[in-house]
Formats: sequence, C-alpha cells, structure tokens
Amino acid sequence: MSRFRQWSAVCVTWLDERVGLAGLKALAMKKQVPVHRHSIWYYLGGMTLFLFVVQVATGILLLFYYRPSADEAYESIQFLMAEVQFGWLVRSIHSWSANLMIVTLFIHLFSVLLMKAYRPPRELTWFTGVGLMGLAMAFGFTGYLLPWNELAYFATRVGTEILGVVPIVGDFMLRVARGGDDVTGATLTRFYAFHVAVLPLVAGLILGVHLFLVQKLGMSVPPGIEREGGAKGSMPFVPNFLLRDLVGWLTALAILAALAAYIPAELGAKADPFAPAPAGIKPEWYFMFTFQTLKYLPAHILGIEGEVVGILGFGLAGVLLLLIPFLDRRTARGEPSKLFTWITIGMIVYIVVLTYLGYTADPTQ
Amino acid sequence: MLSRTLTTWLLSTSLGGLVLAVLYPTGRYLVPPAAAESASASVTLPFAPDDMQPNSAEIFRFGSRPGILVRTPSGEFRAFSAACTHLACIVQYRGDIGHIWCACHNGHFDLNGRNIEGPPPTPLETYTVNVRDDQIVVSRGA
Repeated sequence: MSRFRQWSAVCVTWLDERVGLAGLKALAMKKQVPVHRHSIWYYLGGMTLFLFVVQVATGILLLFYYRPSADEAYESIQFLMAEVQFGWLVRSIHSWSANLMIVTLFIHLFSVLLMKAYRPPRELTWFTGVGLMGLAMAFGFTGYLLPWNELAYFATRVGTEILGVVPIVGDFMLRVARGGDDVTGATLTRFYAFHVAVLPLVAGLILGVHLFLVQKLGMSVPPGIEREGGAKGSMPFVPNFLLRDLVGWLTALAILAALAAYIPAELGAKADPFAPAPAGIKPEWYFMFTFQTLKYLPAHILGIEGEVVGILGFGLAGVLLLLIPFLDRRTARGEPSKLFTWITIGMIVYIVVLTYLGYTADPTQ
Repeated sequence: MLSRTLTTWLLSTSLGGLVLAVLYPTGRYLVPPAAAESASASVTLPFAPDDMQPNSAEIFRFGSRPGILVRTPSGEFRAFSAACTHLACIVQYRGDIGHIWCACHNGHFDLNGRNIEGPPPTPLETYTVNVRDDQIVVSRGA
C-alpha cells in the first residue's frame, strides 16, 4: 500500500471514530432513484441547486467591490466592470446564473406539478419548494436594485408601490420596504441587507429542510407510471445518479460561461429620481407576465381599482398554488386528476403568452 | 418550596418576556422614522418661461417629490405631480399626441391632468402656476 493510502486510511478511521462516517455512508447509499420515461425531470432540482451555489460564490466575490449607497453603488459597479480584472465576468455570471436559476426552478416546479409529486406524503417538500421560489424572486427583486440604474430604480418604484395597494397594511408595508416614503438610498441599504444577509439565511434554512425531505422520502414516481405497474427499475443515488447530475451541472456551467462571455450584463444609465420613466421600461422577465397583466387591466373593475384586483388576484393565485396538495383530492386518493393537469398547462400557457406579449407589444400603444 | 405550576408559570412568562423584549425593539427598529414633509407650499423653478417651447414639458423638484410643468401648444403653463396615480412611475409629456404619458403601464392623462386612458385610477394632483416676469412659481393648493 502506498504511503498516501495509508495516511488516508488513518484519516478516515480517525474521522469515523469521531463522527461515524459509516452511518453517513449508509445514508448516502440507501437512496435509490426510480428509472422510468419521466426520470429526466429529476435533474432540474439539482441544476437549480448548482446555480444557487454559483450565486453564493459570485455574490461573495461581488461584495469585495460593491458599495451600498445611492452615491457610490452605480460608480462601484462601473469600476468593477471596467477596471477590476474579470470583474465583468463575475458580475455577468452572477446576473446570468440568477436568470438561469429561475428558469430551472420554474421547469422544476412545473414538472413537479405535472408529475403530481406534491401528493402525500410530500406536502412539506412542496411547501418548502414554493417557499424557495418566493425567496428566489425576492432575491431577484432586491438584487435588481443594487446597481442603482434607471431600469432598477423604476422597477423598484413600481414593485414596492404594489405593496401599498394591499388593503389596510399596505401603506405600512410600503414604508418598511422602502425605508421611507420614496425609493431612495435608504431603500438601497435595506434591499442590500435583505439580499446579502436575510434572504441567504432564510433560503439556507428552508433549502436544508427541502433537501432533507427529498433525501428522506426519496423521489416520487408519477401516478401514471405507478398505474402502469411502477418504475421499470432504479439506480443508486450514489454514485450513478450523482454522476449524471454532474453532467447536468457541467451543462449548466457551459451555458452560463457562454452567456456571460458573449452577452455580458449591462449597466445602463444611473438612476435619476427626477427623470421620467423611459419608454419601453420593463421588469425582469420573470415578472413580465404580472407586469403585462397590470397593463391590460382597466382603471376600475366592478368599482374597485384595476391594480388592486390584479394584485390581489396574483396573491390569491400564489396561495392556491401553495395549497395544491390539499386542493387536489383526487391525486391524494390515488385517482387520475385531469383537472389539475389542465390547470397547470393553463398556467404555463398564460405565463408564456403574457411574457411574449410583454416583449413584442408596442409599449406606446 | 415553589410549586411546579408556579415554576412553570415563572419560566414561561420570563421566556415570553424575553421574546417580546427582543421582537418589539427589532420591529420598531425596522420601521423607518417619519420624514418631515417638505414644509414649503411653493417652489420657484430653476428655469425661465422663455426656456420652454410650446408643446413641451420639464420635470422639476417640488420638495422631495417630482413635479411636471407642461407648456401647452397654446403657450399656457400647467403643473402637476409627476408621480403616476397608478404605480407612481414618473410621467413624461408626449408632444406627438398632446398627452401626459406614463411609460411603465401605458397610462395617459390629458392637459388638465385627468386620467383618460390605461390603468391610472385617478387624475394627477394639480398645482397652481404663476409666471412673474422671468420666474415661474409653482404652488400647492389654491
């Protein structure tokens, strides 16, 4: 035996005596991943997790240069992009990885919906997953403001104004979110605190619970496959599935690197609280369908202001999405549930069509 | 000797007190202090009437809030709050259609500040404009 092997054996024994590696190994080897024609969708969660890790790593790097104040934020990013070696690359990866993470997260969410993986006993996995989606959007919303550019400024003005529309507590929530009555430097430091401290902490905790549940309950086999007699086999999670996962991560990394290198993140003009909103102003693409819906709503619906109806409608849709494991009784009983399949398809079509219109409809008409 | 019930009561109330003593100041800390509203009811604009062509507009500072001064095609001055009544984006004047327009959600207002098209639910707040020689003074209220 080589000296290296001897040393590593000594290290493993030393660790095993203290933390019980054998138990951890047994836990890792226990999990089996079912193999069937829809298995491909199992990789999306891992890809989202990988992109989240990229976000944490590049986010930490950005902290070395970013200055969270209305006077310096824009200039610090300008410096980062123009002067710091590979600064443009780190910021572009952070920006693209955020977008890709939302893409994989949405695909993961809708595949879970269509495969009815939310059914008992995985309700808690679903709740934590929807919670993580909310957090990812909060990450996107708070992070969008940090460069303090024109687009970010107006997106934040509109986005926080939406809080003010909520009946009774709206005004209070708006003031707390903005750190005052208007979007100012106070809003920037608040969003910064949320983006780099509060949200990562909460997301880390919920992610831990989510992954623990996935590990404990194993992968869900779609009811359709179960009715056909179950999955045709299974593979061990370690190493077979993990190595395939790795291919997914490398694919994501390759796409990320290509996007960041060929289409670097832009900075735009510095925010000016006393300039009109520019024509063609848009939010991040994953808020586009809500934004476009608000454009089409009339000023008043049944005597209530249009945006109140729209925003409460989206709030209600979010709550219903969260409660799907309890609403879809047929799936819970093990019966086919065509209605919820069609609702899911309806949601996908709605989001795709409204997003498409948001990018193609003439903004001045 | 203290009874078990009393001990439990003391422990749980002090624990509750501790939680409140942490949560209340934290909650109050997160609510921003109320900023003093700009006391001035009027503002003298940093540009002269002759600087503005008919059928154009300028954004100006009214305290900490933006306002918009429109010079109508007939040469008259009108001033409004520049915050759209829909979701508070800053509006602009579009000479091509003679409307005050919000780019965020395509809201239109006429030259009296009335919401005429799109999602804005109420008119823009109107200010009074006084032109004295080469000064424009905008004031709130009548």
